[in-house]
This record gives sequence, structure tokens and C-alpha cells, in this order.
Amino acid sequence: MATSIDVVGQLAPLAFGLAAIGSGIGVGIIVGKTIESVARQPELQGRLQTLMFLGIALTEALAFIAVGVAYIPFPHP
Amino acid sequence: MPPSIEDFFPPVVLFANTPFALNRVELVRILVVLVLVLILWLGTRRMKLVPGRAQVMFEAVIGFVRNSIIVETLGEKDGRRFMPIIMTIFFLTLGMNLTGVVPGLQIAGTSIIGIPLIEAAIAYVLFIYAGIRKHGGLKFFKSALFPPGVPWPLYILLTPVEFVSTFIVRPISLTLRLLMNLVAGHMLLALCWAATQFFFFTLLADGNFLGLLGVGTFAFGIVFFLLEVFVALLQAYVIAILTAIYIQLAVTEEH
Repeated sequence: MATSIDVVGQLAPLAFGLAAIGSGIGVGIIVGKTIESVARQPELQGRLQTLMFLGIALTEALAFIAVGVAYIPFPHP
Repeated sequence: MPPSIEDFFPPVVLFANTPFALNRVELVRILVVLVLVLILWLGTRRMKLVPGRAQVMFEAVIGFVRNSIIVETLGEKDGRRFMPIIMTIFFLTLGMNLTGVVPGLQIAGTSIIGIPLIEAAIAYVLFIYAGIRKHGGLKFFKSALFPPGVPWPLYILLTPVEFVSTFIVRPISLTLRLLMNLVAGHMLLALCWAATQFFFFTLLADGNFLGLLGVGTFAFGIVFFLLEVFVALLQAYVIAILTAIYIQLAVTEEH
């Protein structure tokens, strides 16, 4: 007996939600490590804060690309 | 009316039906370029050795871009070579991002793909040019695709990964990072203010007390406004420093 699976509703928000998992964990690790390093050596705070923002921008790039993919009009079969 | 992707393609305002048709976004971009040129020209017109107040502000901003973005990653000599174009990228991105929060203009010049694409193309051509100028054409690609110090069977695995990561992913990610940051920020802001208007003027005016949720969305609107200003500054900084880092990676000597 063959059953078919149909997808109803939108998949794009679900796809973005999955993509945001990795990005959230990555940003959390970066900021946590920066706070730890500043606690060890407070005089490096300016330099480490700069590097933290750079790391956050690189990590969140993939989540933002996922938002963009949601707007591509994929053809329905 | 909830925000949608149509917000980014407003109707044509000036010079309709000609190749120079301008809609609201393009008018905003022209305005930003004119304002930037005006500010920078007026600020550097009569420079004194002991600076007055406006000149101190200019020197602070330009000094920050020069020291912590360009000289720190590229060094003095290469930094002086590439300083004009990296500073142009920084100020252009900053100006275009900030119009997303100015009350009359409400649309960021970088939220359509044109400006981020051009800036990423400039950065792409720039780091390949810097590498070829320093090392010579074939040696640059050889040192980028075949990093030294690796046993040769691994090159079968490593070179395609390096090629995709250096020559394909870098410009695409530069474009999409800048573009989607601004698009997502604009949609969040538009959503908060549209929700506030709906709650206050439609529900509360009809006497439905669910309209008091408008206070919450109003507070969110203020918070997202501040976040959007911060994201505008951060994305301009990130694209400038990534351009400088890519140039530095292309120019560095092998050890």
C-alpha cells in the first residue's frame, strides 16, 4: 500500500529556525570565551572586544544567508 | 499593513519610463552621496594645526578608521597604499546603512543588492590585485591554493576546499552579510511600528482592551531602533576590516 507524504504550509520559516541553532551556539561560545579572556587579562579588553565583534559578524553570516534563501522562489514540482 | 518584500521595491517617483527612472531607494542613495561629500568637504576645508571642535570630531573618526582598521592589519606601507579605498568603503556603507533609521527616509541604501554587490566586487578585485602585484601572477594562485607545509596527498582534498573558500565564498558572503543584516533589521523595525499602530489606533480606538499590547510593541520598537543603529555601525566596520584582512592575507610572505 503506497502512501504519499504531502507538505502543507511554509517550509521557509522552519528552515531559518534550524539555521539559527548553529549560529546561536556559535555566538554564545565566542562571547563566553571573550568574557573569560577579559577576566584573565583585563588590560586587553579593547583589543579583545574588537576581535569579538569580528567573530560575531563572521558567525552570523550563515544565519543571514539562510534568511535570504527563504526569499528565492523555488519552483513547485 | 504588515511589512513585506515589496517594501524594498517602491514605485517609481521621478523620470518614469526613461532609463533613468528613480524610485525612493535610489533617491535616498543619491541624497546620501551628496550629504557625505558635503560633510567631508566642509570638514576639511580650513584645517588648523591646533584643531577646533568640528575638526577634533573628524580627526577622531578618521583616526579610528585609519589606526584600528587599516594600519593595524596592513602595516604602514601597504596601509598608506590602500587607505583611500578602504576608507571609501567604510564611509559609503556607514552612510547608506544609517538612512534606515532616519525618520523621513526609513529605507537603507544597502538593503537592495546593488551597493553590497559593488562593494564586494571592489574588495574581490582589490585582494586579487594586491596578491598578483606582490607575488607575481601564477605564484599568487599557487600559494593561495596549495598552502605550503602539507604532505602532497592531502592537496587532492585541500585545494578544491581552498578554491571555493577563497574565490567563491568570500565575495558572496561579503554581499549577503551586509545585505541581509539590513533587510532583516528593516523588516523587524517595520513590523514593530506597524504592530504598534494596529494596536493603538485600530483596537484601542474601538474600545478593545487588547490594544494595550501596543505599549509592549512600542517599547520593542525603541529597542530595535537602537539595535538597528548599532548594526549599521557594526556592519560598516566589519566590511572595512574584512577587506583589509583579505588584502593582508594575499600580501603576506610565506614562512
